[in-house]
Amino acid sequence: MRTIFEWIWLVPVLPLVGFLINGLGRKHLSKTMAGIIGSGTVLGAFIISLLVFMAVKDGSGAVTVPLFTFIDTTSLHIGFSFGADALSSLFLLIITGVGFLIHVYSTAYMHEEPGKDFAKYFAYLNLFVFSMLLLVMGSNFVIMFIGWEGVGLCSYLLIGFWFTNNNYNAAARKAFVMNRIGDLGFLLAIFWLLSKTGSVEYSEVFSSATLQKLSSADKTGITLLLFVGATGKSAQIPLFTWLPDAMAGPTPVSALIHAATMVTAGIYMIARSNALFSMAETTQHIIAITGLATALLAATIAVKQNDIKKVLAYSTVSQLGFMFLALGAGAYTAAVFHVMTHAFFKALLFLGSGSVIHAMGGEQDIMQMGGLKKKMRITHLTFLVGCLAIAGFPPLSGFFSKDAILLQVFEHNKLLYALGLLGAMLTAYYMFRLYFLTFNGSFRGTDEQAHHVHESPAAMTLPLIVLAVLAVIGGFVGIPEVFMANGDRLHHFLAPVLSSEKAVHGVSHSEEMLLMGLATGLVLVAVILAYVQTRKVVQKENTGFGKVLARKWYVDELYQAIVVQPLRQLSAFFNSIVEKKGIDGFVNGVGKAVQYSSRQIRLLQGGQVGVYVLLMVLGILALFIIQMFL
Amino acid sequence: MEIKWYIGLAVALFCIGVTGVLTRRNAIIVFMCIELMLNAVNLLLVAFSKMHALAAPATADFVTRASEAQVFVFFIMVVAAAEVSVGLAIIVMLYRNTHSVDVNFLNRLKN
Repeated sequence: MRTIFEWIWLVPVLPLVGFLINGLGRKHLSKTMAGIIGSGTVLGAFIISLLVFMAVKDGSGAVTVPLFTFIDTTSLHIGFSFGADALSSLFLLIITGVGFLIHVYSTAYMHEEPGKDFAKYFAYLNLFVFSMLLLVMGSNFVIMFIGWEGVGLCSYLLIGFWFTNNNYNAAARKAFVMNRIGDLGFLLAIFWLLSKTGSVEYSEVFSSATLQKLSSADKTGITLLLFVGATGKSAQIPLFTWLPDAMAGPTPVSALIHAATMVTAGIYMIARSNALFSMAETTQHIIAITGLATALLAATIAVKQNDIKKVLAYSTVSQLGFMFLALGAGAYTAAVFHVMTHAFFKALLFLGSGSVIHAMGGEQDIMQMGGLKKKMRITHLTFLVGCLAIAGFPPLSGFFSKDAILLQVFEHNKLLYALGLLGAMLTAYYMFRLYFLTFNGSFRGTDEQAHHVHESPAAMTLPLIVLAVLAVIGGFVGIPEVFMANGDRLHHFLAPVLSSEKAVHGVSHSEEMLLMGLATGLVLVAVILAYVQTRKVVQKENTGFGKVLARKWYVDELYQAIVVQPLRQLSAFFNSIVEKKGIDGFVNGVGKAVQYSSRQIRLLQGGQVGVYVLLMVLGILALFIIQMFL
Repeated sequence: MEIKWYIGLAVALFCIGVTGVLTRRNAIIVFMCIELMLNAVNLLLVAFSKMHALAAPATADFVTRASEAQVFVFFIMVVAAAEVSVGLAIIVMLYRNTHSVDVNFLNRLKN
């Protein structure tokens, strides 16, 4: 049983090998080979992850596998070691499993790329999987930070994959810069933790002896800084605007990085540090409020978007907000549960939208679509499953995870619960608006597109089917007590890691059923509303509040006005005044002074020996005088 | 006699030499002034040498008491003699070429 942990290092190394082969041999590999190497390495990692997961599930508990010493000084010892426990093995399964499906999907989706770019794409994708695995497998904050930076880099590379389009480059830069702001917070938190506890190992930092050494100010400060890091990576207010722009990348990338895995890194980090977070009340409140605000803000924006990927992007931001709401309410298991189910159905929805975009020849505007359900049966059915799951229809996966979150929030704070319910309603509304506009009604695109529409190849539909099955059954690992005694297996599985989870006491079973009924009823109302509103598609200018939503609450404009413009003006000032006048002036001034003075001094060299001698004598006299009197 | 008289004489001779070099235009006089400065230095060397020899204790060895500085003076005289011959030869050649021994006329060192 122990032996599998000796091979755990293979999990990240396999994608790394894939990255190296694809990256270095991108000019020589055929597309088939690049695809096989890219997908195969991730499949290998998935199989090992599965074995690791089984071993952890069989009760071996948390295992730390030291590989080598990473940093070793007199006062600081950081080992490069991997940890396998319930939380990380679950994430391993999500990352490698969903990652593998998306790799397979990509072989078909990216098939029109030239061979060199095709291999480069898979190299980046493998590098991403490698970094993400490092992030979750590291047994200390430093290894996590390495992965954290790695996924940020891969995100940048993949958003700007079609770098000939300058808008995409801008989107990539935006994502990178916003992530960096968060990363700084994370880094400061690590430094703070290190200076107070002298260690970054999870097992040492989160031991009760260490936690007692920290003052409450330390705890609040560290957790707040960690949370800043999480807002950057997981696209929360105020650093969420990069995620919708990140849709510039290829659709499978959006599915893998910007929906299923990378953006959940922040949730993983907070769930991992739950022992610390549950001791910082203030931070918990801030997290809950930020999460809820993000969930509502993004959901309202999604209601008015017409770009199929933008809707899904804002939906992702909104769902991440729900996860943070759960974290803030102390419901760590529910948050991780939602990460898992969200990975299934959001990857499914993104891949489904990719299939639609593929069929429509690159068209992303849902106003130009419609009636696709007859032409794309598999895509249509799987997309519908995804919509039902995210909207939270029982008994699909989204129902259980969302219900788990809402129940805990209800226990925590009734107002937050009411607003969360509103968010869930909005989710159902915008998802079904998207669904009806895309698949129902009559086709609204050009005739050329109508002829072109076709079902996608098997490499694309198979992952869709697998993910659809997962989206349906994924919730059964966390069935609440109401329906089945000991049904919440996920909770028992994660309990050793998420020890500071708050238990639900104050809600009786009948009350719980009532809440579920209420949520489901409201979702149903939202779906019917969406159906009624989309029966007649009228393209009209948004006015009043609708326009505010369509323009995304003017958040981008606001950031432009209060951050970007002042920064530009400051840069312009530094450029024109400090750089050109000050620094350049000084440097050129030195040169000019030397030139001018040498031109003047040159006149002394008149060729008269007498003058030379006179000057020599005067010089000697001067030396004498200096020597005698000074 | 006290050492200060020797120093005074040497300084006077040296200053006359310097003034001559700076003010006179005739190359031969400039040359003689340089000799004057050299000899001022020689005088000084001899004077100091004598002073040191007198100040040294009677038990000191021969080299200390005899003062090697006087040997330098002989060296300087010998070198000066050689230098004078070369310098005069240059002045003669100068006169042959330019029919003048005016140093200010020779400003070819310019630039």
